[in-house]
Amino acid sequence: MQLLDPHIFALNILQPILDAHGFQIVSQNMGNFLHGTLLTLEITALSVLFGMFLGLLAALLKMSRYKVLSIPGVIYIDFFRGTPLFVQILLFYFGILPLVFDASSFQAAVIVCSLNSGAYIAEIVRAGIQAVEKGQMEAARSLGMNNRQAMWHVILPQAYKVVIPPMVNEFIAMLKDTSLVAVIGAEELTHSGRILVSVTYEAAWIWGTVALIYLLLTRVLSMLGDYLERRLATE
Amino acid sequence: MITVKDLYKSFGKLQVLNGINCHISPREVVCVIGPSGSGKSTFLRCVNQLEKPDSGTVTIDGVELTSPRTDINKVRQQVGMVFQHFNLFPHRTTLENITMAPVVIKKTNKAGAQLVARELLRKVGLSDKDDVYPAQLSGGQKQRVAIARALAMQPKVMLFDEPTSALDPEMVGEVLEVMKDLAKEGMTMMVVTHEMGFAREVGQRVLFMDEGLIVEENTPEQIFENPTNPRTQSFLSKVL
Repeated sequence: MQLLDPHIFALNILQPILDAHGFQIVSQNMGNFLHGTLLTLEITALSVLFGMFLGLLAALLKMSRYKVLSIPGVIYIDFFRGTPLFVQILLFYFGILPLVFDASSFQAAVIVCSLNSGAYIAEIVRAGIQAVEKGQMEAARSLGMNNRQAMWHVILPQAYKVVIPPMVNEFIAMLKDTSLVAVIGAEELTHSGRILVSVTYEAAWIWGTVALIYLLLTRVLSMLGDYLERRLATE
Repeated sequence: MITVKDLYKSFGKLQVLNGINCHISPREVVCVIGPSGSGKSTFLRCVNQLEKPDSGTVTIDGVELTSPRTDINKVRQQVGMVFQHFNLFPHRTTLENITMAPVVIKKTNKAGAQLVARELLRKVGLSDKDDVYPAQLSGGQKQRVAIARALAMQPKVMLFDEPTSALDPEMVGEVLEVMKDLAKEGMTMMVVTHEMGFAREVGQRVLFMDEGLIVEENTPEQIFENPTNPRTQSFLSKVL
């Protein structure tokens, strides 16, 4: 009962926390966490954005009736869904990108995460397109639209509703997966944590803070997803 | 206007069309009747190549659709189609459903297309429904919008694939009325239908199909009063 007294609570519970070495380290380095968080958001947002273009393209390629188009689509999607993102990051940063240009760790992170995200989004888009009733395509074609016009004006505007909820999931998954690019030194949230721990040895406090920030970000995203889903349902 | 020669079509092992031959003149209204599974819809869908026939030719207005050199999208602009399940675009309003094809395909300006669309809506008796979405319309209203949408491309031929089969009985009349007006205006029409009354009243010629063949064709009076083929006789005795 005594704990409920605000004075005693502050003195016995709050004060020791505030006095702890770890807490002071965390609060003194808030700037580092913030910097890392912003970079995590930046890598995620760019990757999902580029991933949407790649995904739409790959989905259309895979669904093409021409083998020269569908086979590259299938290979791309299979490779990036069938190998670990961690391996993809190492392969591109150390193996493939140096052959093309001198990529910074940030650039490499965005490139690999976009390619990875694009493969997952391709399957989301494909499912969305195939969920649109067959008669819609037939009606558009019977009016004289070509395949591209029918896709753009009739099919895709209907597919997007089906696509949004899994797209939010993809966003959340990507946000967490960007932690893997810490391995190539992209200065995102996990990387900030690693640096701080190596200097201060306050592992519990620092990794706890990092986890809390990820949790906060994913909660906000999934709330946004719920909101969108409700709005689409009422439309 | 439309000439069909030796049309064959199969889905896997199922032979659906077994050599269809027919000719339809300009301004003619031809009704296609027959038991389900007889290939009526497939035949109609082959006419605008929504279904690719295995062999045979379809020629509309001198253009052979089945030739690989033909721009099928160009031809389809002149061949309107109305579906059993309407297939209106649910994400667009009634007016937008009608203006979409002229704006997208013919690059008609929006205002002009809307003028035409409003006139078409008036024609099908739905002037006040220009701003609503398909979900807010009854089945009969949907089908009338679908007819207006097809007419917006100013087709020379209209194909109807069981246009009243998905409707509640009390809405069949309003759709048939619109089709009747269209026939009076001289539109060339091919109508796959189970509405024997419509076939008799509006059709100038009736084709009876069974097992992928046109078994009998004649004027409605002859077909309905004096069918000569035993299969026609047995079919009509069941439905009339």
